[in-house]
Amino acid sequence: MRRADAIATVLARVRDEVVVSANGWISREACAAADRRENFAMLGSMGLAAPIALGIALTRPERRVVVLDGDGNLLMTLGTLAMIAHERPANFVHVVLDNERYGSTGGQRSLSAAVALDGLARAAGYADVRRAEGADELDDAVAELLRADGPSFLLVKVAPDADGDAPRVPHEPEEIAERVRSALAAH
Amino acid sequence: MTAPSTTVSFADRLLGAGFDFFTGVPDSTFKALLREIESRPEFGYVTAVSENVAVGVAAGAYLGGRRPVVVMQNTGLALAINPLASLAIIYRIPILLLIGWRGHDGTDSPEHRVIGASTLPLLDALHVPYFVPDRGSLDGDLARAAAVLAHERVPCALVCRPGVVA
Repeated sequence: MRRADAIATVLARVRDEVVVSANGWISREACAAADRRENFAMLGSMGLAAPIALGIALTRPERRVVVLDGDGNLLMTLGTLAMIAHERPANFVHVVLDNERYGSTGGQRSLSAAVALDGLARAAGYADVRRAEGADELDDAVAELLRADGPSFLLVKVAPDADGDAPRVPHEPEEIAERVRSALAAH
Repeated sequence: MTAPSTTVSFADRLLGAGFDFFTGVPDSTFKALLREIESRPEFGYVTAVSENVAVGVAAGAYLGGRRPVVVMQNTGLALAINPLASLAIIYRIPILLLIGWRGHDGTDSPEHRVIGASTLPLLDALHVPYFVPDRGSLDGDLARAAAVLAHERVPCALVCRPGVVA
């Protein structure tokens, strides 16, 4: 499965969920698939997609929060898995698009070919940990996890051809933050 | 010199100033404050694994409608520089940074010397506004920091030498 197709599959399932996307190709492809007010496109701050999503999930327990994370991002702040397991936000869905590469810097290898990220999430204590192969399995898993109590973790192995063709996120960072904040305030 | 509001704890003064989300990494400068924040459920203190992660969690809390505080030692400021620069500052996310200033006068242990001398220059380089309170100015500096956060929507720091926050 291509990373962009996996991202589009997840975004086709969300309704009013907040989506936090990791920097690099993931945010670009998420924005190209669905440019929603509820999408927080992280541009820099590598490693912090899940921490940002945790801050939203803890302060807005009535809203589900979906993270579109990458293997390189997650590995950078692995301790966040322990924080999420400790805080146990039921509204937290952690999707990791794992291409075993640093895709936005030229496809250099990450560590996840040898290290099972879903095993780390399970060991940390996530309530529900799954792995999806292929678009149908991914679609089914996302549909279930958007209804189930979390925190949940869904590992999706995607193709290692790292380059994408999505344009840069066309919004200024201040606008991205204001859109998410006002979308949350409106509820 | 007598600090004002001696009967009101600094934790309560933070609540009184409108702050309502607390995360961070411990520093001995804030031992008493953290003991209180950790033990009172209304603070909902989130223990972070590192200072850069704490800035991320605080940014998310702001998006969720809160007014966040991140507690850290100045050694953690070094870790937090990237998320301050490429998240909080450019997205205009106001966060109160409570920074314990180890090594402020060059007499602290060796690991604090370089970061101690670099703390204010690092904040200057990032254009992060800050105040360096003494016991007498702490209340006023907290109010001034709160005003900067509200009006400029950028992170703002209270850089506290040991003993300033009782």
